[in-house]
Amino acid sequence: MTLANLEIGATAKVKKVFQKGAISKRLMEMGIVPGVSIEVIKAAPFGDPIEIRVRGYNLAMRRNEAESIEITR
Amino acid sequence: MRDSTNTKSGSERFAQNAPELLVALAGNPNAGKTTLFNALTGLRQKTANYSGVTVERKEGVWKVGEDVLKLIDLPGLYSLDATSLDEKIAREVLMGKLSDLPKPDAIIAVVDATNLERNLYLVTQLLEFGIPVVVALTMVDLAEKQNLEIDPQKLTELLKIPVIPIKTRRKGGTEELALKALEAAKSREKPDVSWIPSGSDVQEDFEEDIHLSLSADEAANKQIFARYNFISDIYQQSVNAVDEKEAKFSEKIDRVLTHKFFGLVILIAVLLLVFQTIFTWATLPMDLLDSGFGSLGDFVGSQMAEGMLKDLLVDGVISGVGGVLVFLPQILLLFLFISILEDTGYMARAAFLLDKLMSRVGLHGKAFLPLMSSFACAIPGIMATRTIENRRDRLATILIAPFMSCSARLPVYALMIATFFAGQTVFGFISLGAVLMLAMYALGIFVAVIVAFVLKKTILKSPPPPFVMELPPYRLPNFRTVMQNMFTRGWLFIKRAGTVILAISIILWALMYFPRHEPSDSIISYQTANNVGRNNSQPDDQHLKSKRLEKSYAGMLGRTIEPAIKPLGFDWKIGVAIIASFAAREVLVSTLGIIYSVGDDATEESPTLISEIRNATNADGSQVWTPLTALSLMVFFVLAMQCASTLAIVRRKQILGAGLYLCFHI
Repeated sequence: MTLANLEIGATAKVKKVFQKGAISKRLMEMGIVPGVSIEVIKAAPFGDPIEIRVRGYNLAMRRNEAESIEITR
Repeated sequence: MRDSTNTKSGSERFAQNAPELLVALAGNPNAGKTTLFNALTGLRQKTANYSGVTVERKEGVWKVGEDVLKLIDLPGLYSLDATSLDEKIAREVLMGKLSDLPKPDAIIAVVDATNLERNLYLVTQLLEFGIPVVVALTMVDLAEKQNLEIDPQKLTELLKIPVIPIKTRRKGGTEELALKALEAAKSREKPDVSWIPSGSDVQEDFEEDIHLSLSADEAANKQIFARYNFISDIYQQSVNAVDEKEAKFSEKIDRVLTHKFFGLVILIAVLLLVFQTIFTWATLPMDLLDSGFGSLGDFVGSQMAEGMLKDLLVDGVISGVGGVLVFLPQILLLFLFISILEDTGYMARAAFLLDKLMSRVGLHGKAFLPLMSSFACAIPGIMATRTIENRRDRLATILIAPFMSCSARLPVYALMIATFFAGQTVFGFISLGAVLMLAMYALGIFVAVIVAFVLKKTILKSPPPPFVMELPPYRLPNFRTVMQNMFTRGWLFIKRAGTVILAISIILWALMYFPRHEPSDSIISYQTANNVGRNNSQPDDQHLKSKRLEKSYAGMLGRTIEPAIKPLGFDWKIGVAIIASFAAREVLVSTLGIIYSVGDDATEESPTLISEIRNATNADGSQVWTPLTALSLMVFFVLAMQCASTLAIVRRKQILGAGLYLCFHI
């Protein structure tokens, strides 16, 4: 299951960040590393991007990016 | 682009106290870096650009007792791995790679107490440059409000570098920061980095169900992982967080501002308000500037002896540069709004709301801001594209920015509408003029969308750009930061555009001035008129000016390009006006004024110019201007013509678009 599938309001733990060009590194630099918990806050008007909360701050990312984050409940 | 702006005297004065210590200020975006920089340097600062790129370079002088430190404010960073332009520059500064800047003697790491973990990650990277680091812990009072109790002593102990809490109000903590920074800069002691995990031993530490993907960047990712784990430890030991499930203030605001429906409605309302204000508030100072430059021209004209130099100064330099500087109030107001929207955190929300729409044409949500700025002027718009990390996305945005109808094109539309479509209505009650005006803006946007789409499918093809953007907490805008942003950007605009505009004004003036052709029977009236001043010109004189323009190089050029623009319904006179408007779009109006012998002070509302345009005839007696011609000219201005200043900044083959357009019209 990836972060893109997580419903709004739900919280999950990051299991793995897939290598997908430079983006996985950027995501990890922003603190999205295995073991951290992420909450999905909301989706933008057209369903994309999504807003998440991680390590006490809010981050927006496209579903495309969210797909590279594998999560576990 | 390296000259100082407002504090040249300041830095020169302090330069004598060499050797000067250099301290770099580094931190995440929104960590309060700018506020701290302002608090430390006061007014002793200057802003320029790093050579060749549009990244702001802010330097200041920081007095600590007897000592003087030079402070350089690096761009906001999440990491130092050089994926964005800002990060690349910051890295080069810290490595001492810039030719005109020594390697810093110390780094002040600005760390947002409300966002400790991610901010500390950057600190672990800053420590690797072999330069002493002092942490300035900002937003401490804000953290307290969020029930986060941070122990700076414990942090100092764990990080093995000084951590100084800074209160937002009353400069709390800056004195201690000054002492520690000075001490660090003088010691040049390399920080102890032995405690920072390398990540090489990560594999064994993994829990069973947690893996990192294995690939080329494996080592780098392992290192990030190890550092964050380590930071989590530090966080646990030094922060006492009272866990509360209650939604934060920002999230409450966001329930409305990024609401699926109301969010968009509010965004549109905000934009309308901004533009409405720009166009109404700016009118008065713009008129003042306009008449100011007019009087300056008259004054210089009356003080100088007749001759080429006077004509160059008055008609070339003053009216040319003045013609563009008139737009400064609008541009400053636009920058003011942008600064406020950025400083409050709303700009990121706007990008969040619009990203889906922008990504459909292959653009980034962040492209929204530059494109919006371009409605006032493409130059600040292009300057604002630097926040877009991907080079191809940035280029695509730069290339389509000029399609947004800038405010200088407004007088052109207004003249055409006043001349041919005034008083007409659609469905009996909507003014045709308003509809046309709106249509011109819409056309620009429409074409921009298509061009962006085509560009992203062809020469600027790249995978969908990654979109990862922080949504910072809402904050009240800091008056000083907002004002400073507005003025430094305004100044950069003047410098960037000013130099080019000056050169272009002189070239265009020369084109319209030479070769000097004096019809002998008009010399007397020409001289009297010039003595009287330009506003009281006699009709004879106007006629002479018109004749002279016809015989000038510009006139010849107009005739040369006539075959090319004929299909658009333009004759050579319009051609001349189009050439002249290369300096600034609205110059078309005053040039038409000269050509039709109305006077160069004609405006888009001047009745004589309107009737002259209506009555102008070709050699065979047919009308030069038809409503179709007017429409064609308006569309031409939407699509094909950019001003020289914009072109100088774009410096790319935008003309492609113009060529395409020529084929497609009529």
